[in-house]
Amino acid sequence: MSDSTPEAPPSLYSAREPIFPRRVNGKFRNLKWVIMIVTLGIYYVTPWIRWDRGPSLPDQAVLIDLGGRRFFFFMIEIWPHEFYFIAGLLVMAGLGLFLFTSALGRVWCGYACPQTVWTDLFILVERWVEGDRNARIRLHRQGWDLEKARKRAVKWVAWFLIGLATGGAWVFYFTDAPTLMRDLVTGQAHPVAYTTMLILTMTTFVFGGFAREQICIYACPWPRIQAAMLDEDSLVVGYREWRGEPRGKAHKGPMAEDAPAQGDCIDCMACVNVCPMGIDIRNGQQLECITCALCIDACDDVMAKIGKPRGLIDYMALTDEVRERAGQPPKPVWQHVFRARTILYTALWSLVGIGLVVALFLRSDFDISVAPVRNPTFVTLKDGSIRNTYDLRIRNKHGEDREFRVAVTGTDGLLVTLERSETDVVTVPADELLIQRVYLTAPNGTPAAIAERSEIRMWVEDVAGQERAYKDTLFNGKGE
Amino acid sequence: MAQKPMKKPAKAETSTTGHSWDGIEELNNPLPRWWLYTFYACIVWAVIYSVFYPAWPGIKAATPGLLGFSTRALVVEEIAAVDAKLAPINNKLASVELAAIADDAELQGYAISAGAAVFRANCSQCHGSGAAGAKGYPNLLDNDWLWGGDIEAIHYTVTHGIRNANSDEARVSQMPAFGRDELLERPQIEAVVNYVMSLSGAAQDATRVEEGAVVFAENCASCHGEAAEGNRDLGAPALADAIWLYGGDYATLMDTVINARGGVMPAQSETYRSAQGLSEYEIRAVATYVHSLGGGE
Repeated sequence: MSDSTPEAPPSLYSAREPIFPRRVNGKFRNLKWVIMIVTLGIYYVTPWIRWDRGPSLPDQAVLIDLGGRRFFFFMIEIWPHEFYFIAGLLVMAGLGLFLFTSALGRVWCGYACPQTVWTDLFILVERWVEGDRNARIRLHRQGWDLEKARKRAVKWVAWFLIGLATGGAWVFYFTDAPTLMRDLVTGQAHPVAYTTMLILTMTTFVFGGFAREQICIYACPWPRIQAAMLDEDSLVVGYREWRGEPRGKAHKGPMAEDAPAQGDCIDCMACVNVCPMGIDIRNGQQLECITCALCIDACDDVMAKIGKPRGLIDYMALTDEVRERAGQPPKPVWQHVFRARTILYTALWSLVGIGLVVALFLRSDFDISVAPVRNPTFVTLKDGSIRNTYDLRIRNKHGEDREFRVAVTGTDGLLVTLERSETDVVTVPADELLIQRVYLTAPNGTPAAIAERSEIRMWVEDVAGQERAYKDTLFNGKGE
Repeated sequence: MAQKPMKKPAKAETSTTGHSWDGIEELNNPLPRWWLYTFYACIVWAVIYSVFYPAWPGIKAATPGLLGFSTRALVVEEIAAVDAKLAPINNKLASVELAAIADDAELQGYAISAGAAVFRANCSQCHGSGAAGAKGYPNLLDNDWLWGGDIEAIHYTVTHGIRNANSDEARVSQMPAFGRDELLERPQIEAVVNYVMSLSGAAQDATRVEEGAVVFAENCASCHGEAAEGNRDLGAPALADAIWLYGGDYATLMDTVINARGGVMPAQSETYRSAQGLSEYEIRAVATYVHSLGGGE
C-alpha cells in the first residue's frame, strides 16, 4: 500500500531474471561433459559396488553404517575411535580446495561442484525437451497452452526422476543398497529413508531446476571465502579488452579507409548467451563468474568463423594483463601454477595425505583399552592377597573370530584370572568389541600387595598371529 | 549521507485514544491485523485444547479432557510393555535350576545385568554400590563367606535374610556377650583376643597367647572351629584369615568379645515383605550377580 506513495523506499528485493543458456561446443564444454559423466557416475554407481569381507560383515564396498558404527571403504574399515581419518580427509579436502583455487581459480565451482554438475544436467534435459535458447525464451514468454503444459510437465517429471535417483543414491550409501532398493519399491523401507529421499529429491529439483545461479550468488559461502584464496597469478576467465575494444559489428570485405579503428569483438553476444550465470564477462571479473569457461568456447567458435585468432576470452591471470598491454607475451601457464603458495599448499596437502596413509598401514587390526574398576580400588582375600579388577576392552577389527592371550608385566608375582574363564585366553568374535573382566591378584607379601600403587603393563597378544598391544595402568595395594 | 526515512506514517492524521496527560496524547495504533488474528486463533485453540486435554486445575486433579490423555498412564503402559517383553526370560529365570543358570550364557548375562539393577536399588544401601561392604556389612567381592558363597547359599540368604523377624527361616545364630554377661573374666578376654590375633600373625602380647588358646578351645571353638576356620552353618566367621568384618585390631576385638556381634539382614523375598520385597526372578538375578562378583564358589 505504501509502494504507491512517492516517498516509498526502493525495494531491497530483486526478482530473478530468467537465464536461458545457449548450447555451445568446444574443448571446455567437452571436458565438462566428461567430468559430469565421471562424477555423476561415481555418485550413482558407488553404492552398488560389492566387496567381499567375509560372512559377518556387509559386502558393500562403500558403506556408512551408522547403526553398526562402522565406515567401510573397500579394504578399509574405520571404527568410531578412528574418526581422525575422516578429520584428516576433511583437512585434505580443505587444503585441496585452497590449492586448486590459488592455482586455477574457481575450478571447483566451474567443473566439479554438485550444484554446477546437476544444473548442467538439468539444463541439458531442458534443452532436449524445450529446445535451445530462442525456443525456450519464446516458450517462456508465450501464454499457457497445451504444448507449453506438455513440455513443462515432461521437463519437470524428468527433473524429478533425476532428483529421485540423487536422493536414492544418497540413502544407498547408508545401508545395503539392493536390500534397501527392494524395500523402497515394496514400501517396506524405514520412514527415515523415504523422508531423506524426499528432502534430497526436492532440494535437487529446486536447486538444479529453479534456483540454479541464485545458490552460487546468494546461498553459497564459498564464492565469498575464495576471494582470499585468489591472487593476481590465479587463473580466471577474462576478456582481452585491449584486443577486443572498441567492439563493433563484423564487416565483410576490407574495411573502409576512414572507418574508425575496431577491435576483434564483434559484439555478437555469444559469450553472454551461453553464460549459465547470466553475466557479461566483458565487464571484467565478477562475483557471479564460476569460471565454467563456456564463454571461451563460444567466443573461440566465433573467432574461428571470422578468421581471428582464438582467445579473445580466455583463461588468464591478472599479471598477464599488464604484460599483454605492454606488448609482452603472457607468462606460460606452468609459471602461474608453480608458485611458492601453490607449492606450499601441495606440500601441506601431501604431508597430511602421507600421514594418513602411514597411519592406515601402521594401525593394528585389534586394539585394547583398560579401565580399572575403582569401586573399590582393591579387595583383600582370605589369605591376605590383594585383588584388583579391570575391564579390558578388546576390539577385533578382523572379519574372523580371534583368540587373545592376556598377560601382565611391570611387577612380579601378579596372577591373571579372566572372569568366567579357566585360562588366560579369550575369544573375541569377528568385528566386535568384547569387554572382558580381568582379575589381577598379588599374593600376600608381594611388593604389589604391600605398595600403595604399582605401575603395571597389561599385554594382549593375538594367539595365532604375532601382534601384541599393551596399555599401562596401575595396581592398588594395601599401602601399609 | 542523508537517508530517506524507511517509512512514514501511512496517514497524516493518526487518531488518539482521547487520553491526555500534561498535553501528551496517547496515539491509537491498533495491533497489526496478522498479530490480532493469530491471537484470536490462539484463544480458539486454547478452548478446544482444554476440552480435549487435561487443562483446568481442580482440588485433587486437573480436568481429564475428552481424550483421556495422561503422561502417567503412558509411563504405566510403557512399563507394562517392557514387563511383557521380558516376561518369558524372567519366567525362565525364576523356574530353572539355580545351578543351571550358569550353563545358559544368555540367561546368565541377563541375570547379571538385571541383578546389578536390583542390587543397586535394594542392596547397595548397606553393601555399597560396588559391593565392597563396610564395617559390619560384608564385602561381597572377596572369597570369604559367612553363610556360604555358592549360588544356592546366596539365594537362600537373599530370600530369608539373617537374624530378622520377617522370615521364620532366616539364618540365625547368636554370639554370647562374654564380657557383658560375665561369662569370662577380663583377663581371659584379653588372653583370647591375643590368641585370635596371633592366628593371623598380629598378637599384641605374645606371652598371653597360650593362655588364650585354652580359653578359645573352651569357649569359642564350638562355633568358630578348633582351628578358628569358622562355621558356615552358624555364620561364624573364620578368625585365622586376613578378613575382618568389624576390624582386626585389639580394641575392636575386645569390644567384639565383650559385647558380641550379630548383624541383621532383612528377608528380601516378597513372601515376607509383600510389595517391598523382591520376586523370585529378581532374587535369582541378584544372587547370580553377587555370585559373579569375583568371590563366588
